[in-house]
Amino acid sequence: MNTVLRLTICTLFFWVTNANCQSKMVSIKGGTYIPLYGRDSSQVTISDFQMDVYPVTNQEYLDFVNKYPKWKRSEVKKLFADGNYLIDWKSDIELSDKQSLNAPITNISWFAANDYCECQGKRLPTIDEWEYVAMANKTMPDARKLKTYNEFILGWYEKPKTFNNAIGSTFKNYWNVYDLHGLVWEWTSDFNSVLISGESRKDVDNDSNLFCGSAAIGATDLMNYAAFMRYAIRGSLKAKYTMKNLGFRCVSDKKILE
Amino acid sequence: MSMKLNQKSITMKTLVLTMALALFFSLFSCVDNTKKAEYDSAADIPVSREMVAELTSPPNVPTPVGRRKAKKLIVNMEILEQEGTMTDGTTYNYWTFGGSVPGSFIRTRIGDEVEFTLSNHPDNKLPHNIDLHAVTGPGGGATSSFVAPGHEKKFNFKTLNPGLYVYHCATAPVGMHIANGMYGLILVEPEGGLPKVDKEYYIMQGDFYTKGENGDPGLQAFDMQKAVDEDADYVVFNGSVGALTGDNAITANVGETVRLYVGNGGPNLVSSFHVIGEIFDKVQVEGGDLINENVQTTLVPAGGAAIVEFRVDVPGTFILVDHSIFRAFNKGALGMLKVNGEEDKKIYSGVVQEGIYQPEGGGIQEMPDDGKTKVVASSSKTLAEKMESGKQIYMQTCFACHQAEGQGIPNAFPPLANSDYLNADVNRAIDIILKGKTGEITVNGVTYNSVMTRQAISNDEIADVMTYIYNSWGNNKTNVTKAQVDQVKSGH
Repeated sequence: MNTVLRLTICTLFFWVTNANCQSKMVSIKGGTYIPLYGRDSSQVTISDFQMDVYPVTNQEYLDFVNKYPKWKRSEVKKLFADGNYLIDWKSDIELSDKQSLNAPITNISWFAANDYCECQGKRLPTIDEWEYVAMANKTMPDARKLKTYNEFILGWYEKPKTFNNAIGSTFKNYWNVYDLHGLVWEWTSDFNSVLISGESRKDVDNDSNLFCGSAAIGATDLMNYAAFMRYAIRGSLKAKYTMKNLGFRCVSDKKILE
Repeated sequence: MSMKLNQKSITMKTLVLTMALALFFSLFSCVDNTKKAEYDSAADIPVSREMVAELTSPPNVPTPVGRRKAKKLIVNMEILEQEGTMTDGTTYNYWTFGGSVPGSFIRTRIGDEVEFTLSNHPDNKLPHNIDLHAVTGPGGGATSSFVAPGHEKKFNFKTLNPGLYVYHCATAPVGMHIANGMYGLILVEPEGGLPKVDKEYYIMQGDFYTKGENGDPGLQAFDMQKAVDEDADYVVFNGSVGALTGDNAITANVGETVRLYVGNGGPNLVSSFHVIGEIFDKVQVEGGDLINENVQTTLVPAGGAAIVEFRVDVPGTFILVDHSIFRAFNKGALGMLKVNGEEDKKIYSGVVQEGIYQPEGGGIQEMPDDGKTKVVASSSKTLAEKMESGKQIYMQTCFACHQAEGQGIPNAFPPLANSDYLNADVNRAIDIILKGKTGEITVNGVTYNSVMTRQAISNDEIADVMTYIYNSWGNNKTNVTKAQVDQVKSGH
């Protein structure tokens, strides 16, 4: 009840005030694909939806915190965010000197990210939605078998401290979405639905039929590695966890007027 | 009656005596028992008190356990993803246990109850875990230690089997985590500790796969394809080229016994561990109970270890290598043990006498002429003839350092192919062959500091081989004549 009320208020608030703080969204045309790794290895169908072009920035989150004081660092419920929540901020409403307003917000929990999106009248993407958009490179909707695509992702895993780079500093993909790879990890609504035991060698056995859609062995190996790491990070998370390399973006089923 | 009583008292006395004797013996046997094996199973060994484990970075090891009782041992291990030096001018983004490759050395004794806390630094990008081969349990602890950046996980285990064990990260992709340096050693000492020695060191081999070739400068990224192909660019001891050479060499004094805890993190290659000029007096094969004696080279499997011991009898520098020898001299698997002290001429004499070997009597000897290499005056040869002869000379004399295509060896021997240094000055090049060259030179923008010895070949041969070099691999096609070589030799 409370949530519904809050959502209504949020939504109302949003409709009433001007929406200039609303980040830009683009349309994603739905389709069917086989995720690399999932609850089962069957095909997944994605409906049309809208996705934020960029991850949510420090500036946007600062505005959010100002509007909803319960998400201030000093006031946040420990149940909803761990001890590292916004840990680098100078105060409740100030970034540190090292953080740029234009960089993606990180050190936020799933609860915070989820609430942020709800308050914008949006929601967090599902793993399947996120992976669907993220398998595109600049020109192709599904570039997973390309060596260059996988090398770019693996390369990022090795680059330290990318969390303070500005949004839009990586490539624009086929769907006109930026920064899915190369900036920060991103929360998804059902991040914990794929069970990774932590003993990843054991996990390997369970999905031997996952990669049957692939043709080139070499490409698949790289593809597996790139995806494994993403699923591994998701598997290591709990909803109250916050991480310096973990941000988020929102999606919406309907077009939101700007 | 009295008789009866008497009898009874005697019986009583005997009984008491027997009982006392029995007690006495049983006491004895009890003492004896405690000396041998106190507990049927290591799992039954009780622990007393708590102790924070001393962790050391290579090549050092913590203090031996000695006679201490089994304890609750607190191990705090931090994971750091950080840039480090692979070799001069080349850096690599290492993933480490405790900030070093290999990770911190953990020293326990049998029966210890280890409380292991694995912390993943907040700046890290990836989740990690730890699989300790000394752990009896699913995943060797990997399942219980899977931890996101900015978090920590705690789990407990009891050490049941003595030996030297590898630990490593087992998070997907496992190979990549290991290839980036996530491995180390944990030692479980037997009751009473290992026999005392004078020096102990920690050495671990690993293979690395970089985007660039061996020696390419700058920050080198991990190359997954090369790792899958097992095509290593670097094979090193303790995480980098030179981690155990020069000022970083390990040391000992003559007469001391040295024990090396040798591990191999892999991810791919098996190590043929050898110390040049030493024989291992004792090897705990694969880090287990089996002891082999008088061993020259011991095999250390990937994800395995060995304990080697030897007494150093003579001073000098002893080279530690993976005897898959190209790894040692071309990929970095080379370390040094410097031994100080008095020489013992009986064990090793050094050079006693230098002489000239003359199998066919006195006089200056020429190499036997097999008729093939009949020397024809250079001036009268065609270019094709000179090329042919030059190539032969090159393959005999120059190839070892400058390589088949004149490409040289990065950081050691400059290239002759497309070489600005070579093409700039023919006479200088002739002079180098005649007199040798020591010290810094810059070739194609890269500085080399090496030694080329004077080459004992005739002026004719110099002319041929120079012509061959100048007319190959993109050089400026100078045709060098014997007259030119003569001129340089006579100082003009």
